[in-house]
Order: sequence, then C-alpha cells, then structure tokens
Amino acid sequence: MSAQHSRPGFALRIWAVLVGIVLIAPLAVVVPLSFTAKRSFKFPPDGYSIEWYQNFFGDAAWLQALWNSVWIGLVVAVICSVLGTLAALGIQRLPARIAAIAQGVLLAPLIIPGIVSAVAIYSVFLKWKLNGNAMGFVLAHAVLAIPFVVVTVNASLAGYDRNLDRAAASLGAGRVRVFMRVTLPLIAPGVAAGALFAFITSFDEVVAAMFLQSPKIRTLPVEMFVSVTNEVDPTIAVVSTLILAVTSAVVLVPALTRSRQR
Amino acid sequence: MAEKRLSAGTTTGIITLLNRPRGVTAIGGWVLIAPAVIFVAVCFIVPLTSLIARSFVEPTPGFGQYVAVLGDATTMRILGRTFSVAFQVTLVTLILGYPYAYLMTLVSTRTRTILMFLVLLPFWSSLMARTFAWIALFHPEGVVLSALRVVGLHEVELLGTQLGVTIAMVQVLLPFMVLPLYSTMSGIDRRLLDAASSLGASKLRAFVRVYAPLSLPGVFAGSVLLFIMSLGFWVTPRLIGSPQESLVGQLIETRVGKLLDFAGAGAISTVLLVITVLLLLISAGAMRRASRPISGGAR
Repeated sequence: MSAQHSRPGFALRIWAVLVGIVLIAPLAVVVPLSFTAKRSFKFPPDGYSIEWYQNFFGDAAWLQALWNSVWIGLVVAVICSVLGTLAALGIQRLPARIAAIAQGVLLAPLIIPGIVSAVAIYSVFLKWKLNGNAMGFVLAHAVLAIPFVVVTVNASLAGYDRNLDRAAASLGAGRVRVFMRVTLPLIAPGVAAGALFAFITSFDEVVAAMFLQSPKIRTLPVEMFVSVTNEVDPTIAVVSTLILAVTSAVVLVPALTRSRQR
Repeated sequence: MAEKRLSAGTTTGIITLLNRPRGVTAIGGWVLIAPAVIFVAVCFIVPLTSLIARSFVEPTPGFGQYVAVLGDATTMRILGRTFSVAFQVTLVTLILGYPYAYLMTLVSTRTRTILMFLVLLPFWSSLMARTFAWIALFHPEGVVLSALRVVGLHEVELLGTQLGVTIAMVQVLLPFMVLPLYSTMSGIDRRLLDAASSLGASKLRAFVRVYAPLSLPGVFAGSVLLFIMSLGFWVTPRLIGSPQESLVGQLIETRVGKLLDFAGAGAISTVLLVITVLLLLISAGAMRRASRPISGGAR
C-alpha cells in the first residue's frame, strides 16, 4: 500500500467525527436523563436522583414486561437456531435451483416491510386465537428472526470443507456422530451468532408485538411504546439506559478480546 | 425447560432419520430444510397470502379496494410523502455514510474498531431506546430546541413534524447504510489507485474513475436497503411524526387498529409490497451491471 492514497485528509476526518457524533450522541443523552430528579426530559437535568431506577425495579408491570421479553427471546433463539441451522445444512445439500426457492421462502420475513408482516400475522393470529398470549409472541418473533439464523449459519457453512465430513465418515463415524463431533463444533460460532441475532430480533421487535399485545401480556418494547405515548415518564430513560449498557457490553467485549489477541 | 427438551428431541429425531443407509442421501436436504420451510410457510406465507387475498375478495370480489386506495387523494398524498421521506433519508444517509465507511478502510485497526463500535452500538441497541432518545432530544425542553433557542431560533418545532421524523430516521437507519458500504469498500484493492496514479491520473481522478465505480455495488445495496426500510418504517414516524403528516405505515396501522379493515390494509400493503419487489428486482439488475466491468480483476 502506498502512503499517497492511504492518508485520510483533514476534511474526511472531521466528517467522520461528525457522523460518529450523530450516531452516538442521541444515545448518550439518554443516560443523564435516567438520573433526573424531576419528571421531565429537560437536558441537562436540574438535579440528579435514582428515583426512576427505584420506580422501574419496584414496578410489577415493567418487570413483568422485561421478563416476558427475556424468556420469549430465549425460546425464540432456541427454536430459530435449531430450525435455521438444519435449514442451512439442507440448502447446501439440495440442487441449486430448489435451494434458491427454499431460501426465498425462508428469507421472505426479512424483505417484507415490518408493518405489512405485522398486520398479516395479526390478521391470521386473530383467527387462530394467538393474539394476546405468549404462544403468539413466540411464533411471530420466531418467524421474523429465523432469516438471521439461516443467513449467518449459511455464511459459516460457505467456508466449511465438506471433505472433513467425508474424512470422519471414512474413519467409521455415523452421520449423527459426524454432525455432533465435526460439523457442529466447526460451525458453532455461526450458530451462536445466529442465536444471538434471533434473541435480539425478538427482544427488540415492537411492530407485531404492538398488535399481538393485550393488557395481560406485553413485551418490554411495547411497554416502552405505551409509556412514551402516554406521558413524560423518565422511567423509560432508565429502561433505555439499561438496554444500552447491556448492548455496549455485548458489542464491546468481542471487539476488545479480538484486538487483544492480535 | 420444556421448549429446550422439545427442540433437542426434534434435532435428534431428524438426525436419526438421516442416519440411514446411502440411498436416502438425496432426501437428506429435504428433511433438513422441511421444518423451517413449513414453519415459515404456516406462520408467514399463509398470513401474507391471506392478507393479499382478502384485499381482492372483501367486501366484494374484484379490484374495488384498489380502485378505492389508488383513487383516494389522501392515500396517494401519504404514499407520495412516504416516498419523499424515504428518498431524503436514503440520500442523507449515503452522504453521511460514504465518507465514514471510506475512512474506516484507511485508518489503523484500533481506530477502525472504535469507528465500528460507533456504528454497531446503535445497530444492536433497541429501536425503542433510540426512538425515545429522539423524543427526549426534540422535546420542547430537550437539548436540541434549547440549543436552537440559544442561537435565536425560537419558533422551530421538531416533535410532530416531518423534518423531525426524517432526522430521527437518518440516525436510526444510518448503520444499515454504513455496513454494506464498508463491506464493499474493504474488498477494493487500493493498489488500483496507485496503478491509476502511475498512469498519470490525479488523486481525485483516480478516485472518481477507479474507486467510486468499484464501490457502486455497496452504494446500491445500502441505498436499496435504506429505501425499502424507510418505506415500511412505522415506529419512528408513529412516535415522532404527527397524524396530520402520517406515512404509509401509520395508514396501514389505522386501518387495522381502529377500523379492523383488513381488506383495505391488505390493498395498501400489496401496493407497498409490489413497489418493494420491483425495487429489489431493479437493484439486482443494476448491481449485476455495476459489479461487472473491473471488479473481477480487483479481487
């Protein structure tokens, strides 16, 4: 690489700094807001307190919504990683044209606009009595999250050498043994990434959840949505801050460990 | 957990099915893919087809819903507004994101990690948290309007305006532009720029004639993704915008939520779907053309 073309100019650096600020500043504002002393979104806050944290951790509705989101997300992650991994393995074994069609079906939820998917699912789930119950949330979120697992596992299979399977088989391993001892460990990072993707998709999903919710069962994003539309309540800043803290950890930890390994 | 045992059972069940003598291999692919395809077909394709079908049969069979939707001035105005917002959001994210992604390919590993973190944090964090952040920022007492008042702009309003919706959507969707741009740009061989210089091209000329065309697949991918996502966006316009200036997502929601008019909502959804699919087809063609000329040699 020659130095001539590789030194970023001053203007480019300034531009990138501005874009970086645009990306991150809105999120950074949320943190001080969660410690505000008054019921307001004034920035910077007039005074600080942990009142809204106490409010969140003392409120059964918020905690129930958080718990619903967590367990629904976990179930969705399990369902999607099993179905998605099997499907990705199947795509590799099918003739190209059939695989393309199957892939089209599996990726459809990714391409269709969220509001259209949500209304379509809602219209049928109403008939199937799947609105307002946990089963409905799990099925809707799983179907919206499955493309992410198929895509990530497919990507990790792209670099997978199937001669390894043949080698294991030639040494006498059965198919289950080959899958469990050779294939799965090698594509495990892809499967784990897919499962994480599925969990986050479910945890974050709000459009379908808005339609499927009932006062009896709500997920965290729905509770946030309702809170924002109803009143000025800094408790939502607390929820956002907690989500941000967890997200930062999840995003930062792999980046840090990877750079340390180098 | 019951679910875990169930899924473990399914896995072993299917693998046992596969664990048969050789002749069964061809069926292996089908057996593996079937559970997922059946699941998506039942819980997604059936609902989607049923929604589209309802728009053609309710209340009377025919194109009545489409005549009503496409003949309604308000609906057409909302569609037009949605297109205009989607276009603006796409253009602004491209202008913001292109130089950012380009810089990412030039800097040291450590700086790149930081720049990547700044993109991934909003990408991974909750849409509701990000939208709430903008509500707080645009609040009359919030930091943006307070700052604007200091500069002397007292009359500006952002909450409940199209400008506010556009600004928030740009930030919320920006990562979806930067990531495809970066992934394309990081695959471009920078020695091609040196080659162009050695043949007498200026820095600018080398960039415009060599680098920019090679980065086009990323530009197409990012722009189409952004445009499609903006068209179907619901949460941010719903919470930051106003009912007077609603976008197509809000229109669909109102039909279903307030009127339980699935046929009408289905017709608008179908229009939106057709537009989305057309855009995807056009962009697929364009991308194939864009990546043809020299990229083969670049890798």
